[in-house]
Amino acid sequence: MSEKNSNADTESVQSNTIECLNISEKRVGFFVTCLVNTMRPSVGFASITLLEQAGCNVEVPELQSCCGQPAFNSGDDEGTRQVAYQTIEQFENFDYVVLPSGSCAGMIKKNFVEVFKDDSEWLQRAQNLADKTYELLSFLVDVCNFEPENVEFEGSYTYHDSCSGYRSLGVYEQPRKMLSKVKGLDHKPLNGHSECCGFGGTFCVKYSDISNEIVAEKTENVLATEADYLLGGDMGCLMNIAGKLNREGHTEIEALHTAEVLAGLATEIVGAKNARK
Amino acid sequence: MHANKPENFYQNVTEALAQPDLKMIIRRTTDKAETKRAEAIANFPEFEKARQQGQKVKDHTIKYMDHYLAEFEKNAAAQGTIVHWASTGEEASKIVLDICRQHEAKKVTRSKSMLGEEIGLSHALDNSGIERVETDLAEHIIQLAGDPPSHIVWPAMHRSREDVIKLFREFHKDPTYSEEITDLVRSARRDLRTKFLTSDIGISGSNFLLADSGSSCTVTNEGNAELTITPPKVHIVTAGIEKLVPSMAHAVPLLRLLTRSATGGEITQYITFHNGPKRPNDADGPEECHIVLVDNGRTKMLADGMEEMLRCIRCGACMNHCVVYKHIGGHAYGSVYPGPMGSVLTPHLDSLKVANKQTHACTLNGRCEEVCPVNIPLPKLLRALRAESWQKKYEPLTNRYVVKAYAQLAKRPRMFQFVSSCGVVFMKLFSRQGWIKSMPFTGGWTRNRDLIEPESKTFMQQYKASKKAKSSGGR
Repeated sequence: MSEKNSNADTESVQSNTIECLNISEKRVGFFVTCLVNTMRPSVGFASITLLEQAGCNVEVPELQSCCGQPAFNSGDDEGTRQVAYQTIEQFENFDYVVLPSGSCAGMIKKNFVEVFKDDSEWLQRAQNLADKTYELLSFLVDVCNFEPENVEFEGSYTYHDSCSGYRSLGVYEQPRKMLSKVKGLDHKPLNGHSECCGFGGTFCVKYSDISNEIVAEKTENVLATEADYLLGGDMGCLMNIAGKLNREGHTEIEALHTAEVLAGLATEIVGAKNARK
Repeated sequence: MHANKPENFYQNVTEALAQPDLKMIIRRTTDKAETKRAEAIANFPEFEKARQQGQKVKDHTIKYMDHYLAEFEKNAAAQGTIVHWASTGEEASKIVLDICRQHEAKKVTRSKSMLGEEIGLSHALDNSGIERVETDLAEHIIQLAGDPPSHIVWPAMHRSREDVIKLFREFHKDPTYSEEITDLVRSARRDLRTKFLTSDIGISGSNFLLADSGSSCTVTNEGNAELTITPPKVHIVTAGIEKLVPSMAHAVPLLRLLTRSATGGEITQYITFHNGPKRPNDADGPEECHIVLVDNGRTKMLADGMEEMLRCIRCGACMNHCVVYKHIGGHAYGSVYPGPMGSVLTPHLDSLKVANKQTHACTLNGRCEEVCPVNIPLPKLLRALRAESWQKKYEPLTNRYVVKAYAQLAKRPRMFQFVSSCGVVFMKLFSRQGWIKSMPFTGGWTRNRDLIEPESKTFMQQYKASKKAKSSGGR
């Protein structure tokens, strides 16, 4: 972290709530998530940058894998437990656990306890982890009271709220609030902003054709905004919508994770993408 | 139109998606329903409170079901109603048919009842040679067309106005040649009116059964339930046992939730409480009343931990707001009950073995639960059915192997990360200009959309490398 940034952080931290005063003493475990790990590492680095700017002491446990949704949503409770054991062990001793995804955060926060109903020891450990697990964008605002400073990004964006973030975790205002501080960026509201995009994890592969109809409606709404960028907080939705847009030949709009924009990485990512086209 | 079977769900979906106008026709109804419901809820500030109250009423009645059933039976009998019990749909249909035969009924009128469909009463009546007259306008339309219902509130929503014009011209004795909706409705009214008055037996469903009075409540907009029930000598109600509520005072908050959630109306045109056969001084009404109380899997749902589903008041809001229903329509589900509520109910009414695919046809986006007037956690129940179906090994073997392989891998983080990094290398082989159009093992995805090209290394590889560089740089 640069000297300048840490000074700015100290100032903003001091003006904030008591919890935020102590944030630098809190250890934040960063759970990368599969899609960010394999498909979009820049979201992971952007998240760490933002968390550090917000004054967090971020650690990335190297022994991490997946939140377990593919097994849970398929009804494989035993498989889910097998995956959850190591996640709980890896992350339970942090003060906070943060994930750059509403759906993976929701999995740990809401669903881990579902599969440990008959195991009181692990149920308690799962509940303990659930209580300190947060989705990145809501964590930055609700817990850290973070505001991006001196971030510039030219263009207009529209925002897709992922169902898990919006309905299960109440993420709505937080990303919009932070994005409003980015210089040069205009918001163009999306019709049906919280309507499902048809991703649904394994759903989009199992029922590819239904999913296709759903995402086609989403892309229609996205294109109607005439925004330059589609932003969101979940890679699954973004990959789904962006993949459909590209299949339809719409290269005029670029999908980015909100963290990439807030961390000031967007210009570079878009530049690199354009170079490859 | 043939009735789809739940076990052919994949094929049903393919056929539904291939129908060029289906989506547009569905959306005409569901979009309007969504808007009107939203307006009604916005004008009903105590909605959240009412919803909790409604849930409590339902939960309480379900918890003390045996008590309220006994009370209902006693009070209905005191009014002169004959109460029958049916543990299966078949049994229920047989009871109704037997009553029809006893009275040598040649013609029966029916007001819309999803339970009637559930127990197969339409078919049973048709097969017995009794003339069955559906009196709800939408049911009338699908009876003429020979279709099964595609929605629990608007059973003919899959039929366009053009279809209706054609059907009425073909089947009505004195058809209209106007294409105006009011003229079409008049045409149906003309056709039905004589049938109402010449019916031997009227059969209805029930929206609520009141335990403390033994009454049955019907909620309609057309008045057809009243005309079905009043003129004939005999009235038969078929109702699921979950329709019970303790009293009128308990039914009212549920009524407020029902009409707003179903059509966005504050109230419907007709809400009638039927109280047994006519009394000596009554001007009209049936001389004989029967109520057939149907279990058909409901007590088993209670035993299987699915009691939350018994709260359902059949408003249809979950399907109106379901992204999957809106694209495939009701017939694809192959059941009387489509959409989210149907995907939970059908496995209990039919079997999970034949209806497990529907439980997966859901993105778990939570919209249905958000709009449910009695807080049924539909996504949780669908997920629970997936878990049951997993345990009973109903899923296709390939799905099971893929998920099992995933879990084996994901519980070993080192191995998981290694395989992820190999996956990235593999994916890069198929990338062109930042996108993957197709590659092995991603057919489900790339069939309809492109896949973004990953970066050269996984996050973990890059993160470890940068950490190493930092520490060797002496920081």
